[in-house]
Amino acid sequence: MPEVLLEARNLTKRFGGLAAVNGVSLDLWRGRIHAVIGPNGAGKSTLSNLLAGDLPPTSGDVRLGGSDITSWSPERVSRAGLGRSYQKTNVFLPFTVWENVRLAAQSRAPHAAHWLHRATNFIATNVLAERALELCGLEGRRNAVAGTISHGEQRQLEIAMALATMPQVLLLDEPLAGMGVAEAERMVALLLRIKPDHAILLVEHDMDAVFALSDHLTVMVNGQVIASARPETVRADAGVQAAYLGEELQEYHHG
Amino acid sequence: MSAPRTNIEVLPRGVQVFLGLALVALLAFPWVGSDFYAQMVARMMILAIFAMSLDLLQGVTGLVSLGHAAYFGLAGYALAFLTPQGEAVSLWWTLPLAVGGSGLAAFLIGILVVRTKGIYFIMVTMAFAQMVFYLFFDNKVLGGSDGLYINFKPAAGLFDLEDKRVFYYFTLVSMVLVYAFLRRLLWSPFGRALAGLRVNEHRMRAMGYGSFGYKLAAFTLAGGLAGLAGYLWAAQTGFVNPELMGFEMSAHAIMMVILGGMGNFAGAAVGAFAFEIVLNLFKDMPQLGDFDLGKHWQLLMGCFVVLVVVFAPRGLLGMAAQLRRKPESPDA
Repeated sequence: MPEVLLEARNLTKRFGGLAAVNGVSLDLWRGRIHAVIGPNGAGKSTLSNLLAGDLPPTSGDVRLGGSDITSWSPERVSRAGLGRSYQKTNVFLPFTVWENVRLAAQSRAPHAAHWLHRATNFIATNVLAERALELCGLEGRRNAVAGTISHGEQRQLEIAMALATMPQVLLLDEPLAGMGVAEAERMVALLLRIKPDHAILLVEHDMDAVFALSDHLTVMVNGQVIASARPETVRADAGVQAAYLGEELQEYHHG
Repeated sequence: MSAPRTNIEVLPRGVQVFLGLALVALLAFPWVGSDFYAQMVARMMILAIFAMSLDLLQGVTGLVSLGHAAYFGLAGYALAFLTPQGEAVSLWWTLPLAVGGSGLAAFLIGILVVRTKGIYFIMVTMAFAQMVFYLFFDNKVLGGSDGLYINFKPAAGLFDLEDKRVFYYFTLVSMVLVYAFLRRLLWSPFGRALAGLRVNEHRMRAMGYGSFGYKLAAFTLAGGLAGLAGYLWAAQTGFVNPELMGFEMSAHAIMMVILGGMGNFAGAAVGAFAFEIVLNLFKDMPQLGDFDLGKHWQLLMGCFVVLVVVFAPRGLLGMAAQLRRKPESPDA
């Protein structure tokens, strides 16, 4: 059994009367991709926010590598080894691609707050940034301003920045959103490359990618988990098909 | 009033040449200009230090403080309290103490204010500055509304600051050192992190940066450097009063930074000079029939700043950079 790096137990988040996430438990294992699917408004992004410390849960708890990280600040969760990419591209648009990744890598340097030396002269940080850049296939775009590169490249940059913080656990929120076929294929290949070293939570609408990548599949509807098992098992589940997957899965089988 | 996301951080060649020429002019000025004007230029250099200290918050970190004069004034008062009635006091311990005092005040107030964002940050910094203002304004022990006199300029060993020329060069060296330090800081890991916080604080936190600590450090440092300017101001004028920490002083600093162009310190310094020059021009305006233009310089200043914001939103430096870039633009 692979090592569990992150476990969430009975996570609930209420906004007033609405339970956006309701009693969700899940595990993330090293070397495995755990996909979470569900219709819009199912609570997938809220779940990511709860795990990453962006939102405090109403109840339930989250453990990361043995420590209870429930209600930790996002920066503390990040330093504890959790990296994340966002559904809406969330990079430093006026900075170059290189500076985006370098800044992410700098967060791991013990001298991240150094005042008098040039930031670009710290070798360990540069090496870390360089590796993330190459892994994501962006080395040719290093000097481009992040706001001017293509949408697909920005999605790659999202992942590169998350990787540059040397996370054990990765939360990827729709990394394929808005990508063309070729770009999506590149992204799937990238995720397969980084999979062995990380425990990955993948929130994704692209069913081809989900079934190509995931080892475990959780289906959420209205904030609740309605199925959580191996992808093949979930695909065959009549209840899941009725509740959500029906159409999309039929398309997947016949298309 | 929101901070810009894109700054001109790398100074265009033309601007660098201009700054070099300006430095030569400043070095030569006391030998060509009268004492009166040399004193005025020294004051501009002091205000340039003040504006650069604010730019660290406003332009680099994206924190618009409407109470920065509090830290400027506090160091001036520190010199006033430390100078005895009948003799000069040594600069070598009073300057660090005054700067440290302003930094400490900024640190303590910063603990409370850097947790807020946007408009709330503007309001809270202003509120604290007003508190400091009235603390001095209402207390006779602290000089009250009349302020305090400083009968002797601080003694600085070999440098006789009572000599106007020596004081001028001491101020010039201070300004150049502050500029060099802040430019270095801008490209350091700390400076890059501050710029990251301006552009996207949410992502910075998600990458593990504790925004509170970074902002507090910037606020403290900016307060200390404002203190250096305030100390020099008090030493030059020989007089402090609550207006040094008043709202108008804080607002002028913001306008200087906007006028010159934010986020690279050169703009703030240029802005301080330009602001003072324009202000003095307006104050010297002639009587126009029944209307004394000079007396209503604030009205003219307001119009001027509005015009600058409309026609040069990135300040004088931004305008210069734009003019330079135009000829090559179509295909670039």
